[in-house]
Amino acid sequence: MLQVLDAEGRRRPQPELDPWIEDVDADALAALYRQMAVVRRLDVEATHLQRQGELALWPPLLGQEAAQVGSAVALRPDDFVFPSYRENGVALLRGVPALDLLRVWRGSTFSSWDPNETRVATQQIIIGAQALHAVGYAMGVQRDQADVATIVYFGDGATSQGDVNEAMVFSASYQSPVVFFCQNNHWAISEPVRLQTRRSIADRPWGFGIPSMRVDGNDVLAVLAATRAAVERAADGGGPTFIEAVTYRMGPHTTADDPTRYRDDAELEAWKARDPLTRVEAHLRTLDVDVDAVLAQAQAEADELAAEVRRALEALEEDGADRLFDEIYAEPHQELERQRREHALYLQQFDDEEAGA
Amino acid sequence: MSERMTFGRAINRGLQRALADDPKVLLMGEDIGALGGVFRITDGLQAEFGEDRVLDTPLAESGIVGTAIGLAMRGYRPVVEIQFDGFVYPAFDQIVANLAKLRARTRGAVPMPVTIRIPLGGGIGSPEHHSESPEAYFLHTAGLRVVSPSSPQEGYDLIRAAIASEDPVVYLEPKRRYHDKGDVDLDVAIPPMSPARILREGRDATLVAYGPLVKTALQAAEVAAEEGVEVEVVDLRSLSPLDTGLVESSVRRTGRLVVAHEASRTGGLGAELVATVAERAFHWLEAPPVRVTGMDVPYPPSKLEHLHLPDLDRILDGLDRALGRPNSLDSVDAFAAPETAEQFLAAQNAGEETR
Repeated sequence: MLQVLDAEGRRRPQPELDPWIEDVDADALAALYRQMAVVRRLDVEATHLQRQGELALWPPLLGQEAAQVGSAVALRPDDFVFPSYRENGVALLRGVPALDLLRVWRGSTFSSWDPNETRVATQQIIIGAQALHAVGYAMGVQRDQADVATIVYFGDGATSQGDVNEAMVFSASYQSPVVFFCQNNHWAISEPVRLQTRRSIADRPWGFGIPSMRVDGNDVLAVLAATRAAVERAADGGGPTFIEAVTYRMGPHTTADDPTRYRDDAELEAWKARDPLTRVEAHLRTLDVDVDAVLAQAQAEADELAAEVRRALEALEEDGADRLFDEIYAEPHQELERQRREHALYLQQFDDEEAGA
Repeated sequence: MSERMTFGRAINRGLQRALADDPKVLLMGEDIGALGGVFRITDGLQAEFGEDRVLDTPLAESGIVGTAIGLAMRGYRPVVEIQFDGFVYPAFDQIVANLAKLRARTRGAVPMPVTIRIPLGGGIGSPEHHSESPEAYFLHTAGLRVVSPSSPQEGYDLIRAAIASEDPVVYLEPKRRYHDKGDVDLDVAIPPMSPARILREGRDATLVAYGPLVKTALQAAEVAAEEGVEVEVVDLRSLSPLDTGLVESSVRRTGRLVVAHEASRTGGLGAELVATVAERAFHWLEAPPVRVTGMDVPYPPSKLEHLHLPDLDRILDGLDRALGRPNSLDSVDAFAAPETAEQFLAAQNAGEETR
């Protein structure tokens, strides 16, 4: 497993990755820390908001901040992201407003951003389906001769899905500019990763003719370097790359899940010692950086974002009945228009009753 | 100016025209390049437009539709060929869970102008999985449009309309009619997909069909006419949305309705159409509507398919039922008490015991 910063925050020489992060100085590392802190805070805030009834559900990413921030920061502005449902950190860093992410999990909408503007596709709940969309998008990029890489996020469970395997076949055959970014967080709800694969996940892509890297997914520098390398290969016409970011889902699958039923506290404690933020903090303390100022600034940014989304969420107005029928079809649909009219007449009765009473 | 050509060739010409008119149109599928598809519908198109626009894909139907979705997100208009009707199921998840829903999911930001061509139905003596009629699965999926042409001209018109549509369209090709010939006007403007058509007027009964059975329905009307019965034949063209208005108007004139399709009866298109007519045109019905359909069985071995598929005689029998003429169900007492499931099971169990 490739690692640049170990769990204690010591920088290890890593010839395969070091050239890709030569530009990351103390300030840049401090910025990565701030971004991870903000992502963590939004995630924790959202978990609280779910407990308070403001959100219907939330899929926490606690513990996966380095995997999400390191990979998102490696992307260029035109690169296109195909997320699963857990990449709220990636989406935030790519410019999707935090409120828009929360509205999805509140149950207000399925998507409130334009993927063509944010370069982030709508979150995908069908496990692994987005891998094919990413490859198709990349096939379009090849035809456009555009300088764009696509990156698709999925988890260890998704590697068992046909769609992810088919996506690898298609991208290898067509040499499409795709980065397969697998966050192996060790658990697919209650199923351990050993149920999905006998060998390491990163072994599998080689059989498809796709080079892969297995990196410490809790090491933001290793993830950043690996993703930059993969994006560059895609952009240079080198075809797909697979990255297995080995990380850990410290929280539940979603707020509806209870991980105490299927995993040991000891495992969680062991992974807490490999926290993606503390190792960066430890490393910053060995550099010429005012670490307390960095932490204070990160805290302030995180607090501000958390307060802002809470305020915005409380002021939110939900869509009405008419929205139910909108944008199902691009072109007129006679039966649906009939149902819209009949539904309006049904609702009209209650307005009439109110007016009469 | 019209040219005489086969149904398959007419679809080929429609695809060629779409490729020539719009550089964003791509064809994708298994064996569609050098071979021209197992039915030769894409014959010559890769040679004309190149491998970047007419792609042979790996043998993975979910992969084909899933990558078509990604291409559409990038601004392309993919036209996917599924080799046989019974091979579409691996792609079902991508069609139902993503293709159909992406526009709604993104509140209109991501249109899905994808066409899925599927050879439809039986009657050609094929092995298992090569003769199915899966249209009801797609009718039941909001966000999709479903069409099925009945003639070479409709084949040409509807494939162009499907490709031009901003909505995802499942285009069902009646494979046993691929070799039928007809005159095709290649210069017509692209017509709208959703209107049904009255192919033959008649005042005694409305006979509704689509795709492969339209030809059989017209033959039935011809035979009925020899017996003095005037049958109005409606070709649906679009299965979703359904032009129920046109069918209702016809039923108001004739008072009688027969719907014919190869697909199984339960939960099929006939059920939808009959229910809608019963709801909205009840007062004009002179007799209960009749469905003439495939049986609720897995598509049978080809030596038995003639027993499963509605043919000319079964459609005529259905017309006789709707018209109150002597028919196969005359001996069934329509006024006998209906049998409940409990009574049915009790009778079955009693039968077991006596055996």
